[in-house]
Amino acid sequence: MGKLFINKYCHIKNNKVFLDGKLVFSDDEDHDMKPFLKSVYRFLKPSYNKFFKMDEISKLAYLCSEYLLQDFDLSAFNKDEIAIVLSNSYSTLITDQNHQNTIEVADNFFPSPSIFVYTLPNIMIGEIAIRHKINGENIFFIVENFDAGLLTDHINNLYLTRKAKVFIGGWVNMGPESYEAFLYLLSPSGQTGNNALEIEKIYNT
Amino acid sequence: MAYFLSTNIISSIGFTSEENFSALKNGVIGIKPVSEPSLYPEDFMAATINRAALKQKLISIQAAEIDFTFLERTMIYSIKQSLENTNVDPKSKSTLFIISTTKGNVDLLEKSKRHDVDPERVALWRMAEVISSFFGNPNKAICISNACISGVLALNTAAMYINADQYENIIVCGGDIISRFVVSGFMSFLSLSDEPCKPFDRDRNGLSLGEAAGTIILSKNPSASKQGIKFIGGATANDANHISGPSRTAEGSYIAIKKAMSEAGISPGQIDHISAHGTATPYNDEMESIAISRHNLQDAATNGIKGSVGHTLGAAGIIETAILLEEMRNNTLLKTSGYKNHGLSEQINISTENSVLELNTCLKMASGFGGSNAALIIQKI
Repeated sequence: MGKLFINKYCHIKNNKVFLDGKLVFSDDEDHDMKPFLKSVYRFLKPSYNKFFKMDEISKLAYLCSEYLLQDFDLSAFNKDEIAIVLSNSYSTLITDQNHQNTIEVADNFFPSPSIFVYTLPNIMIGEIAIRHKINGENIFFIVENFDAGLLTDHINNLYLTRKAKVFIGGWVNMGPESYEAFLYLLSPSGQTGNNALEIEKIYNT
Repeated sequence: MAYFLSTNIISSIGFTSEENFSALKNGVIGIKPVSEPSLYPEDFMAATINRAALKQKLISIQAAEIDFTFLERTMIYSIKQSLENTNVDPKSKSTLFIISTTKGNVDLLEKSKRHDVDPERVALWRMAEVISSFFGNPNKAICISNACISGVLALNTAAMYINADQYENIIVCGGDIISRFVVSGFMSFLSLSDEPCKPFDRDRNGLSLGEAAGTIILSKNPSASKQGIKFIGGATANDANHISGPSRTAEGSYIAIKKAMSEAGISPGQIDHISAHGTATPYNDEMESIAISRHNLQDAATNGIKGSVGHTLGAAGIIETAILLEEMRNNTLLKTSGYKNHGLSEQINISTENSVLELNTCLKMASGFGGSNAALIIQKI
């Protein structure tokens, strides 16, 4: 069995989008994250109405995956050979707090299913899977910091046990004061081999 | 190959795997009316842990009242129980902790409640670290949060690590509690039953929530396995269809089972028994019957335990696999609490009575929000 290679990576942070390390979009107006995500959407023009129903972290994950997959032909692979391996530190804290605000006090109690459903981090995986019709392996890890070793170990294990051939790996995190999405795409062909050091390197570019 | 070493279940119906198994055999239902305005403004049904009874046992854990949340203490106690009578060293570099939870200490978000622990413990990675640190484990604990398949996914991941020779022993512990957060959320989905839930039944009308902590220790050492059972295949798959409803064709569940069987190198005819997810929501149970039927597994004896212990979220896959191990060790098929009348489009074989049955190869299924599905297959050595 051959190796896996890094085909593409996308990093969204500080109101900037980087594709394979190059700046592809930035919002010069000092926007908050919410309007920034909308402006990325308008720039990409994916016309995907489900976007507007998503919570903020799913929007972030979705937009990052749009950049990552826009020039990659997923149809060359079986849908169940494509795995999504994601991680973050805050799980869904921002949406958890939104749900908590709807239930905190008895005289202002109005929990909503459209908020509650987003209080699970793997909903991000679900949104990416729905958009790109991906049926393969899923996992969501909660770790303190971005952990290239953990992701690489898990992906290699899935690859060596022939459970997937193409991988979307990465980190989509949103806390009270910061947000960051970093996704990378691995397949059995390419130039840069997949290992924890390389992933760490592209994460830090 | 990964072998099952020992298990523990802390649930509404008992504090060991044996107690839970015998309660299920005797038809004990842990789901009861709960009147607790701090959890939900109206009465609701849920399977809660008897905290007063557990408290006596938890005293053995140092500084029990101050340093740990109820969930952490319960998970620590569950792990302690499962470590007894094994030679697994939790302090060893070759032992790993994998923690499975959907919402962990989410009750720490409640502003109106006084909290005795650092609010940072609402972070799931931090909770995992607190638990593995209690046992002095030198490795970074892995925390998996993947909705209702978290438990099965944690076991699959553990088996994969052992098969890759990365660890000798892996302690997989799952836990979730009944909280205002979770009860109100499921209530808003109108998915909670107003009586103990009825998996696969014609009149099923929603799920019952439960709380539990469960532990399973997997080892690469077959001679240590008193259970005499090994893990032979596991997989996950996504429906790619809807974030809160299962696929009508059971696509993800079908793929997960197919891949698990392929890794196990077995055919459907070899599966003696299926422990289904069986939440008792109309769509989930129908979907599972389609997945089972698409694999020609209609004759395999199928059951589920959520009609007794409720849906225990991040613990579910672990405690349900622990019960499956008990069924296999005792060659006893458990009845499905809450099931009376067939109410699925597919004719699958749901158990209605406890019976003696040679159980060699068994399948565990799980499904959850986000279109996630998982399967694992275990077999007697």
